Amino acid sequence: MTPLLEAEGLARVYASRRGVFGRPVAVRAVDHVSLRLGRGETLGVVGESGSGKSTAGRLLLGFEAPDEGEARFDGAAMPPPGSPEWRRLRARMQMIYQDPLGALDRRLTVAAQVKEPLDIHGIGAPEDRAARAAELLAATGLSARIGARRPHELSGGQRQRAVIARALATRPDLLVCDEPVSALDVSIQAQVVNLLSDLQAELGLAMIFISHDLRVVRQISARVAVMYLGRIVEEGAADDIFARPVHPYTKALVSAAPAPGKTGKRILLEGEPPNPAARPSGCAFHPRCAVAVPRCRAEVPSLADLGAGRRAACHLVAPLSGQEAA
Amino acid sequence: MTPLVAISGLSVSFDGAAALHGVDLSLAPGEALGLVGESGSGKSVTWLAALGLLPPHAAVSGSVRLEGAEILGAPASTLDRLRGGRVAMIFQDPASSLNPVLTIGKQIGEALALHRGLDGRARMAEAKRLLDLVGMPDSARRLSAYPHELSGGQNQRAMIAMALAGRPDLLIADEPTTALDVTIQAQILELLASLRKETGMALVLISHDLGVVAETCDRVAVMYAGRIVEEAPALALFEAPRHPYAEGLIGALPLLDGPRRRLTAIPGTVPDPREAPPGCAFAPRCPKAASACAGAVPALTEVGPARRAACFFPLRSTPSRAERKVTA
Ligand SMILES: Nc1ncnc2c1ncn2[C@@H]1O[C@H](COP(=O)(O)OP(=O)(O)O)[C@@H](O)[C@H]1O
Ligand SMILES: Nc1ncnc2c1ncn2[C@@H]1O[C@H](COP(=O)(O)OP(=O)(O)O)[C@@H](O)[C@H]1O
Ligand SMILES: [Mg+2]
Ligand SMILES: [Mg+2]
Repeated sequence: MTPLLEAEGLARVYASRRGVFGRPVAVRAVDHVSLRLGRGETLGVVGESGSGKSTAGRLLLGFEAPDEGEARFDGAAMPPPGSPEWRRLRARMQMIYQDPLGALDRRLTVAAQVKEPLDIHGIGAPEDRAARAAELLAATGLSARIGARRPHELSGGQRQRAVIARALATRPDLLVCDEPVSALDVSIQAQVVNLLSDLQAELGLAMIFISHDLRVVRQISARVAVMYLGRIVEEGAADDIFARPVHPYTKALVSAAPAPGKTGKRILLEGEPPNPAARPSGCAFHPRCAVAVPRCRAEVPSLADLGAGRRAACHLVAPLSGQEAA
Repeated sequence: MTPLVAISGLSVSFDGAAALHGVDLSLAPGEALGLVGESGSGKSVTWLAALGLLPPHAAVSGSVRLEGAEILGAPASTLDRLRGGRVAMIFQDPASSLNPVLTIGKQIGEALALHRGLDGRARMAEAKRLLDLVGMPDSARRLSAYPHELSGGQNQRAMIAMALAGRPDLLIADEPTTALDVTIQAQILELLASLRKETGMALVLISHDLGVVAETCDRVAVMYAGRIVEEAPALALFEAPRHPYAEGLIGALPLLDGPRRRLTAIPGTVPDPREAPPGCAFAPRCPKAASACAGAVPALTEVGPARRAACFFPLRSTPSRAERKVTA
């Protein structure tokens, strides 16, 4: 069966200026990203700020056209952004951002905003749409009383629920969530994470869940991709990848994640997160990598299949079967 | 032993709405105390009030003693000498606390002049030494850098260097790593721990992330709606919380290892100080609430060795959820 979403060699290059008078330099925000997402699957995407997660999310939904490579939705090439075909597809793909207040209209009640996509896409009979909006609000745990309020009268968690309700209005097949719980307190974060997990199971949604927080990503995803400077450096099953990371960068991320009772030495990465405008040669991680060898400086490692559902881009990683790398 | 800091009955209200209701908290010399709770629970206000940093419309009462001497309501000149001297505070967003038009060296230099009376060469040499101490790469050159020329992690290091300029006995770090990437967060937490070892200073680490606090601190105080609701040694709190709010916070935290389980979300949100519920402020969100909980505010009382909780029905002390494995 064709996967719902497929990306092959996606790249996006921005012109970035350092300082007011600086000459623009090309920044490869996303580089060589390939992935597949089946119906009803959840793929988590983790990485530090600037690693290209948000850009990848926009490319996967066709908000922006890639400079290289191709994204395919339901077996067909992604139509150009803004085209009538793309607008039609939009009902089937929705995006949720970190800041719900920015995504909502301050002047309209929450219920009116949840109903809006039904009107835009002509879903259901006009007289049934208010009831459908109320149903969606209820499904995300918001009462009719709260639906009658405007966004600034809601708490952060309630706003994010409203955004989720609106995203679900068109019964999408795919939801891309970009740091949807990062601005929320852990207690409220848990409410929203549980809600997304439940909705995903009930509605068979496919989901791309972007976050810098490994713990949240593991909680909600079946598979996880780790990004570093625009590239996927490791991918594997959520339960497995953080328990047995193979890429030195994933190892460092896991080791850095705070956990109660964590003892023993951390792998502390040297130096700063890298600057995408000055991408190191070879493996972009090599300047911070404790086990780098000369080859890492010269040659970009490709994302190799290690078996057991794992992929990693590191010259020093052998297949998981334990056999010698060829 | 006299505590380094003893806060008692600290109350704060803003325009008649009480944000802090008689907080009692003390800290031994060299101790690391974590302060956790959802946003709006009063973590920052506690220390801003203690150091006289709240705006004039805040009404503050109670007592804050530094090695036995009262500092609440002390004259401005006393507090000015104290802040950045014996007690230093760093914040989540270093960029907003650093002066954008002064170099890092100049800003650390000012703190050294004010609190240590250093000038000239000695001042610059000490500023460089402090930057080295906080692990600033290429410290000599960074002395003449402006904040916008540094990364977020480097600015936080510069803030810490400035805080160390007055050789503080107490460093209050208010969400110092919240804005940083996880690998940089790990570097800063490691730095705070090693500085504490080297200088013997005490640390208050304010964070909404229990994982961060549990790792760095000896003892943790949990705040809710302007009160301390539980206080315990860090590991003991995680193994067996006694207050349902603490249990809720721990259950809401996803883990990186072990079997995945459904998160136990705490329903509802932190009450606004103007709409505080009667009795225990947590009762409306509490799975264990009974009618008594709305009738009176439970006091913070001893529930075990070195443990206090403010709950009429504290949880049992045996870990009822032994399967909740504490990470190795
Ligand atoms: N519209 C844009 N114009 C120029 N540069 C951009 C733009 N969007 C992102 N970038 C750059 O691309 C890189 C990746 O950014 P982003 O995808 O936002 O990363 P993440 O979401 O992982 O933090 C960063 O260096 C960022 O500055
Ligand atoms: N300057 C202020 N004026 C009015 N209310 C304030 C002020 N500072 C804090 N508060 C209120 O005091 C309460 C506690 O805030 P704070 O200590 O900042 O919480 P935390 O640091 O735990 O997130 C909140 O309800 C907040 O809105
Ligand atoms: Mg992003
Ligand atoms: Mg605060």
